[in-house]
Amino acid sequence: MRPFAYLRPADAPSAVTASAERPNTMYLAGGTNLVDLMRLGVVSPEVLVDVSRLSADAVEEGPDGTLTIGAGVRNSDLAADPLVRRRHPMLAQSVLAGASGQIRNMATVGGNLLQRTRCSYFQDVTKPCNKRLPGTGCPAREGDHRNLAILGHSESCVATHPSDMAVALTALGAIVHVRGADGPRTVPMPGLHRLPGDEPERDTVLDPGDLITAVEVPPLPFAARSRYRKVRDRASFAFAVVSVAVALDVADGVVRDCRIALGGVAHVPWRAETAEAALRGSAATEAGFADAVDAELAAARPLPDNAFKVPLARNVLVRTLIDLAEAS
Amino acid sequence: MNGEAHTTGPDISASAPSPVTVDLLLSVNRDRHPTTVDTRETLLDTLRERLGLTGAKKGCDHGQCGACTVLVDGRRVKSCLTLTVTLDDREIVTVEGLAGEDGPHPLQTAFVEHDAFQCGYCTPGQLCSAVGMLAEAAAGWPSAVTPDVGGGTSPDEGTPSGGDVPPGDGIRLDDDEIRERMSGNLCRCGAYVNIVAAITEVAR
Ligand SMILES: Cc1cc2nc3c(=O)[nH]c(=O)nc-3n(C[C@H](O)[C@H](O)[C@H](O)COP(=O)(O)OP(=O)(O)OC[C@H]3O[C@@H](n4cnc5c(N)ncnc54)[C@H](O)[C@@H]3O)c2cc1C
Ligand code: SF4
Ligand code: FES
Ligand code: FES
Repeated sequence: MRPFAYLRPADAPSAVTASAERPNTMYLAGGTNLVDLMRLGVVSPEVLVDVSRLSADAVEEGPDGTLTIGAGVRNSDLAADPLVRRRHPMLAQSVLAGASGQIRNMATVGGNLLQRTRCSYFQDVTKPCNKRLPGTGCPAREGDHRNLAILGHSESCVATHPSDMAVALTALGAIVHVRGADGPRTVPMPGLHRLPGDEPERDTVLDPGDLITAVEVPPLPFAARSRYRKVRDRASFAFAVVSVAVALDVADGVVRDCRIALGGVAHVPWRAETAEAALRGSAATEAGFADAVDAELAAARPLPDNAFKVPLARNVLVRTLIDLAEAS
Repeated sequence: MNGEAHTTGPDISASAPSPVTVDLLLSVNRDRHPTTVDTRETLLDTLRERLGLTGAKKGCDHGQCGACTVLVDGRRVKSCLTLTVTLDDREIVTVEGLAGEDGPHPLQTAFVEHDAFQCGYCTPGQLCSAVGMLAEAAAGWPSAVTPDVGGGTSPDEGTPSGGDVPPGDGIRLDDDEIRERMSGNLCRCGAYVNIVAAITEVAR
């Protein structure tokens, strides 16, 4: 690992300044992804700015029911929070479906959103990879892509975003608070993560030095009836092959509203806007659910070894919609 | 601490890649250790190589096996992914610190009684993880297999209702809960059945 200086500024503005004043700086939060990537040689910052003690560690409720989650809130505290569990069960479930107890105790909300892909070529510095070294090619396309994207990928990259939590936040329409060199701003989800296009080295719309300070979850009463469901290669402690976050509002057999996002299928947590639009106002029946989901997945372009993800995503999503509808 | 003031390496604006060291006061198993560490050092390496505490084990060095699990401020973490330089003012407890004056920790006794290990390589991590896990369950933290994450929301039965979450209620730890909560600790010898039995005894 390349030597680096370590700074621990007292507040968010000083962290942004510290990072702007020095080249090749990275923020360190829980370190569960960054320390590993530094050890693997995938990233080699010269300065680490520790943001894990910036007192952005609370979940606060606004007058209208908005929840503001500090970027430094540990994943385990987020999942245990009574307001999060009651209002947005799928958010708590998505966090609990990820990693392990130890890692959730370390990992933060900000770091979770910005974790890098688990594509094996990206993590192996002896291999070419457009995301790690732009212009070197994408061996995954011809090689190991069983776990990679079926939607929205490009010639240059077929990676998936690995976060479970981001899938639920995308369904919930969370708003990410960012502080950059020009001051604070907000970025909506979906919209934080980007499709690879011909710049796969950029996972998100953030610029270097941008600090995530909080994530705001707007009120969504019907999300009290919501669910995160994850399919993986072993029962626990594995990344998603496919996952779904679904909130459903059904009255008198008709879908009044819904929110749907998919994980493990794209370079972004995939908001299923086509399926949502098809479902709103339609009959809450298995056939209706299947049609809406098929309309969404019509855009899928699977590779030879991950075509199974299309029916898998379809079946998991349809089943989850049925379960939620039956429970209402 | 102000990290900059303690930085004894080169000027941080220079890119010369020579090691940067920092002086810290580490608290491990209730003892204070003034320590000088390389910023790149993980807690696992500091414990094993500088402090002679070889209980925590290096299984994978990537956060995937749990053999390096220790407690920081009472919470279980993976010491292979924790940079030591971040840990001043934190209380670290390793497997060497679990026993009290009156003998082994109840989990240690239960592991022996239930044959909860074979080679023993994963055991220090299993023990520290179980200590942290029991505290999490007692505080009412849900897991991926907890039926009522949302209070009336059942992730596996699909019967959400959005009722109240019972505040701070302890979780009843059946085998499924223990297995899920301990899934960050792998055992190459496959002692899982007896590990669950040992933890169950202490959880009661
Ligand atoms: C063995 C293992 C299994 C895992 N399994 C899963 C899983 O099943 N599902 C899942 O979702 N995740 C999983 N993870 C990933 C884990 O959730 C992430 O590593 C973690 O959430 C990252 O958070 P962190 O605080 O540790 O981030 P760090 O590692 O500290 O940082 C990650 C990145 O975010 C940047 N960053 C951190 N905070 C900020 C901020 N506030 N503003 C701007 N930039 C910031 C850092 O510079 C870095 O680039 C797993 C990890 C491991 C090691
Ligand atoms: S899919 Fe993306 S991350 Fe993986 S090898 Fe190709 S370019 Fe790299
Ligand atoms: S050595 Fe830390 S998890 Fe394997
Ligand atoms: S007892 Fe040998 S690895 Fe667990």
